[in-house]
Amino acid sequence: MRDPTAAPQYQGLLVRVWRWLAGLVFWSRVQGIARTLRGRMLVALVPTLWLLLFFLVPFLLVFKISLAESVLAQPPFTAIMHWSGEALLELRLNLANYLLLLEDTLYISAYLNSIRIAAISSVFTLLVGYPMALGIARARNTARLILLMLVILPFWTSFLIRVYAWIGILKNNGLLNNLLLTLGLIKQPLPMLHSDFAVFVGIVYSYLPFMVLPLYSTLVKIDQSLIEAAEDLGCRPLSAFWKVIFPLSLPGVTAGTMLVFIPAVGEFVIPDLLGGPDSLMIGKILWSEFFTNRDWPVASAIAVVMLLFLVVPMVIFQRSQEKALDEDGRGRR
Amino acid sequence: MRLKRRSWLSLGLMGLGYAFLYGPIASLVVFSFNKSRLVTVWGGFSTQWYGELFRNRQILAAAWLSLKIAALNASFAVALGLFAGLALARFGRFRGRSLLAGMISAPLVMPDVIIGLSILLLFVVMQQLTGWPETRGMTTILIAHVTFSAAYVTVIVQSRLVDMDIAMEEAAMDLGARPWKVFMLITLPVISPALLAGWLLAFTLSLDDLVIASFVSGPGATTLPMVVYSSVRLGVSPVINALATLILLVVTGGIVVAGVVMHRREGNARRKITPVGAGRRAVEDRV
Amino acid sequence: MALADRPARPRLDPWQDVNVEPFVRIEGVTRTYGDVYAVDNVSLEIYRGEFFSLLGSSGCGKTTLLRMLAGFEQPTDGKLFIDGVDVTGVPPYERPVNMMFQSYALFPHMNVEKNVAFGLKQERLPRQEIRDRVAAALDLVKMDAYGRRKPDQLSGGQQQRVALARALVKRPKLLLLDEPLGALDKKLREHTQFELVNIQEKLGITFIMVTHDQEEAMTMSTRMAVMNEGLIVQVGTPAYIYEYPATRFIAEFVGAANVLEGRVLGTEDDLLRIYCEELNAELLIQHNRPMEPGAPVAVSLRPEKVLMTERTDLEPGVNRIHGTVAEIGYLGDISIYHVRTAGGRMVQAQLTNRNRVENPGPTWDQAVTLHWMPANGVVLEA
Repeated sequence: MRDPTAAPQYQGLLVRVWRWLAGLVFWSRVQGIARTLRGRMLVALVPTLWLLLFFLVPFLLVFKISLAESVLAQPPFTAIMHWSGEALLELRLNLANYLLLLEDTLYISAYLNSIRIAAISSVFTLLVGYPMALGIARARNTARLILLMLVILPFWTSFLIRVYAWIGILKNNGLLNNLLLTLGLIKQPLPMLHSDFAVFVGIVYSYLPFMVLPLYSTLVKIDQSLIEAAEDLGCRPLSAFWKVIFPLSLPGVTAGTMLVFIPAVGEFVIPDLLGGPDSLMIGKILWSEFFTNRDWPVASAIAVVMLLFLVVPMVIFQRSQEKALDEDGRGRR
Repeated sequence: MRLKRRSWLSLGLMGLGYAFLYGPIASLVVFSFNKSRLVTVWGGFSTQWYGELFRNRQILAAAWLSLKIAALNASFAVALGLFAGLALARFGRFRGRSLLAGMISAPLVMPDVIIGLSILLLFVVMQQLTGWPETRGMTTILIAHVTFSAAYVTVIVQSRLVDMDIAMEEAAMDLGARPWKVFMLITLPVISPALLAGWLLAFTLSLDDLVIASFVSGPGATTLPMVVYSSVRLGVSPVINALATLILLVVTGGIVVAGVVMHRREGNARRKITPVGAGRRAVEDRV
Repeated sequence: MALADRPARPRLDPWQDVNVEPFVRIEGVTRTYGDVYAVDNVSLEIYRGEFFSLLGSSGCGKTTLLRMLAGFEQPTDGKLFIDGVDVTGVPPYERPVNMMFQSYALFPHMNVEKNVAFGLKQERLPRQEIRDRVAAALDLVKMDAYGRRKPDQLSGGQQQRVALARALVKRPKLLLLDEPLGALDKKLREHTQFELVNIQEKLGITFIMVTHDQEEAMTMSTRMAVMNEGLIVQVGTPAYIYEYPATRFIAEFVGAANVLEGRVLGTEDDLLRIYCEELNAELLIQHNRPMEPGAPVAVSLRPEKVLMTERTDLEPGVNRIHGTVAEIGYLGDISIYHVRTAGGRMVQAQLTNRNRVENPGPTWDQAVTLHWMPANGVVLEA
C-alpha cells in the first residue's frame, strides 16, 4: 500500500477522500478480523439509524400531532406534553380531530371512495398488465429485453407529465372526443375528464409498470415444460393456463396488486388533476387540510387513519417481498 | 417460459397494452411541435414553444434546482442503499434485521402524502428542539428524497447480491484477499450495474416527485414538478409539452446508454454462463 | 524429489509406512448446524502427494469437511492440521491452501490472465514474476492462447481449466477440489480426469477432491474416504474399498452388489459356511475370523464375480444355484443378467460380450446355473 502522506500535495476533497479510504484499508489490515466485524456493524447501523430518524420517528410524530389542537401560530399546533410547574408532566390529549373524522361524513366517504377507486383500478391494472407480462415472458431473448425496456421506459419519465398527457386526451375538446366525433360514434362530446373514469385511467396508466414487472419476474421463472406437461396430460391451452400458470404466478399478482393498490389509496396528483369535484379521495383531502386549511393536526389524524387502513396490505406486501428474495437466493448459499 | 403456439389474442392484448402506454406520450411529443396554442388541434409545425420554454426563467431555475437535488440524492441514496443491501443480503440474521427490512419495504408503497407530511413534522419538531433546519428548502427536500429513494436502491442492490455467486467472494478470499479487498475488488465491480441502475432510478424518482417536495420545501425552493403542477392546474400549455418532450429525450437517451453498457457487461455474460450455473445448482446442495 | 534421495528400503505407500508423518490431519472434527450433524467426529490422515477423494451422496457432509479445510466454515469441535500446523480458526486468506470451486467462481469482470494473477497480486509479488508464473500456469492447463478472454467467452471446459490454473498458480501446499468435473459433459469429464491426475503427479501437490461420482473417485484417487450422514464409513485405496467393502452401505454405494443374508453354520479353516434362506442354499465364503454358529451374517457378491453357465446338468450345491433369466441389460461391452432363483430372490450376474454375435449369452426365461468362488464373496460387518 502506498504511504498516504506521499500523496501529491494539492488540496481538495479528492485527496482527503483518498486518505480516508487508504487509512481505512490500512486500519482493516492492522486490526484484522475484529476491525472488520466492527465495519460490518457500521454498515448495518448507518441505514438503520437513517431510516429510524427520517422514516419511523416521523410516523410517531404524526401520531403525536394528530392528538394536538390546531392554533394560529408557528408551528400551527399545540404541544400535547407540557411541563407544568414542579416537574410535573402534563399530558393533554385531544381526540377532537379523530371525532371530527367520524362525525363529518365527508371523511368517511372519502376513505371508502379511495379504497373503492384503488381496488377497481388495481383490478384493471392487473387485467391490462397480465397479458403484457405474459407476452414479455414468452418472447425470445432480445425481443424480451426490448419489450421489458419499453415497459420500464415510461416509468422513468415524469409521472406528472404522464398524468398531464391524459388531460389533453380526455378533455371535452380533447383528442379522444375529437376522434369519436369525427368517426360519428357520438354526437356530443363525452364528459370524460374530471370523472371517476379519468381517475381509473390515470391510475392504471401510471402504475402499469409496477404491475407488469413483478408479474413478469414470476412468470419468467415458470418452467415452460410445465405447460407442455399439462397439455401432454390432456389439458387444453386455456385450461392449462388457468390450472398451471395462473396459480404459479399468484406471488407476482399479490406483489403487483399491492404495489398499485397501496399508493393508489393515498394518491393526490391523479384525483387532483383528473378527478371530479364530487368524488373525493383521501389523499386530496389531506393535502387541502394541510395546505389550504393549514390544520396540521387534522391532516395528521387523516394520515394515521389512512395508515390503519393500509397496515394489512402492507404486511402482505412485505411478506411477498421477503419470500421472493429468499427464493432467489435458494440453492446459491 | 415460452409457449410454442402464440395466439393472436395474446399478441393483440400485448399490443394494445403498449399502445396504451405510448399513445399519450406520443400525443405529448406531437403537440409540442404544434403551431396552435390549442394542445389538441393541429395547426402546423413549429418549434416556437421550445423557444418560449428556454426564455422562461422560472422553469429554468426550477429545473436546475431539481437536477442538483436529483444528482445529490442519487449519490447519497446509492451509498445508503449499498449499505442496507449488504446488510440484508450478506449479514445473515442479525438483530434488527426485520426492522431494517420493514423500513426498506414500507417506503416502496407508502402514499406520498403520508411520507411528505410525516417528514415535514419531523423537520418542524427538530427545528423547535435544536434550531436546525433553520429554513426548509434544498437540504430538507434532499433528506426526504434520500430516505425514500434509498429504499428502491436497496431492493435493487439486495437482489443483485442475492443473485451473485457467493463462491466468487470465497474464491477471492481463498486466493489471499482480505474481506475489505474482496469487497473492493470483487463484490463492488460485480454489482456495479445494479449500483448504476439504482443511481439512475433514484435520480428520476427525485426529479419526478411533486408531493413530498411540496410538503418539505420552503420559500425560494421551487422544484420543476412544482412549477409544472401549478402551470398544469391553470390548464394545458404547449410549453409543458415541449418540456415533457425534452425530459423524454434526456431520459430515453440516458436509459438507452445505460442499458447498452449494462447489456455489454453482463447481458452476454449471463446468457453464456447459464450451462455452468445450471450444472452448479443441479449437482449438489451443501449441508 | 530426485530419485537418488529416496531411501533404499522397499517402497511403501505413505499410509502404510509408520515413519511418514501425515500431511493433513483431521482430528475429531464435528460441525453442527442447529441440531443437524453435518460432519460428526471425523478423523482422517492424508499424506503428502496423495490424490485423496471424499466420496458420498448429496448431503453426506463431504463438502462441509472440504470447506472447513479451506477455512470457510469453522469446526464446532476438533482440530485441523496442515503440514504440522494447527490451522483451526485461521482465516481462508492466511491458509496455504487453495480451492477449485464447483461453479469455478471465475471473476466475470476480469480476463483470464487477471483471474489467474489475482492470487499472486494479493501476495504483492514483483510484476515480472507474476507475469511469468501466470504464463506458466496457463501453459500447464493449455490455456495460454486465451489469456485476454473474459470468462463468459469460454466454454465450460475452458472455464474449468482457468479455475484450476488460478488455484495452482499460488503453489498451494494443498489443493481442494469441489466437484471439479461436475459441470462438464461425460466425454469431456473422462478426458479431464486423466489430465487432472497427470498435472497432480507432475506438480506433486496434495489434492483433496469432493465428488459424488464413484467412478470419478476410483479413477483418480490414491485413496478415498466414503462418507454417509456426516460419518466416514471406510477409508482405503479404490481397489480395497471395492473388493473389501466394510459395510452393506459401501457394498451397495460403490459398484453393484448382491447382498445375501443368512446364518453362520460353522467355520472351516478360513472359510465360513453359511445357510442362506433367500436362496435356499449353502454358501462357502472366505473370512479370516471365526464366527459363532447361528449368528446372522450378510455377504456381498459382486455381479462380475458370479459366473453363469447355460449348463443345467450340474446339481445345485454349495456356492452353486439354479435359476432362470428374468431380465437382460445389454450395455455393449457387458451384459447384466437378473436371474430369478428358486426361492424367488433375484441375483445379478455379469457377462462380458467377448464375441460379436447377435445373441451373446443366455436369453430370457432360459434356465442357467450360477456359481462363484469362496474367495470372491465378502462377509460384511454391518
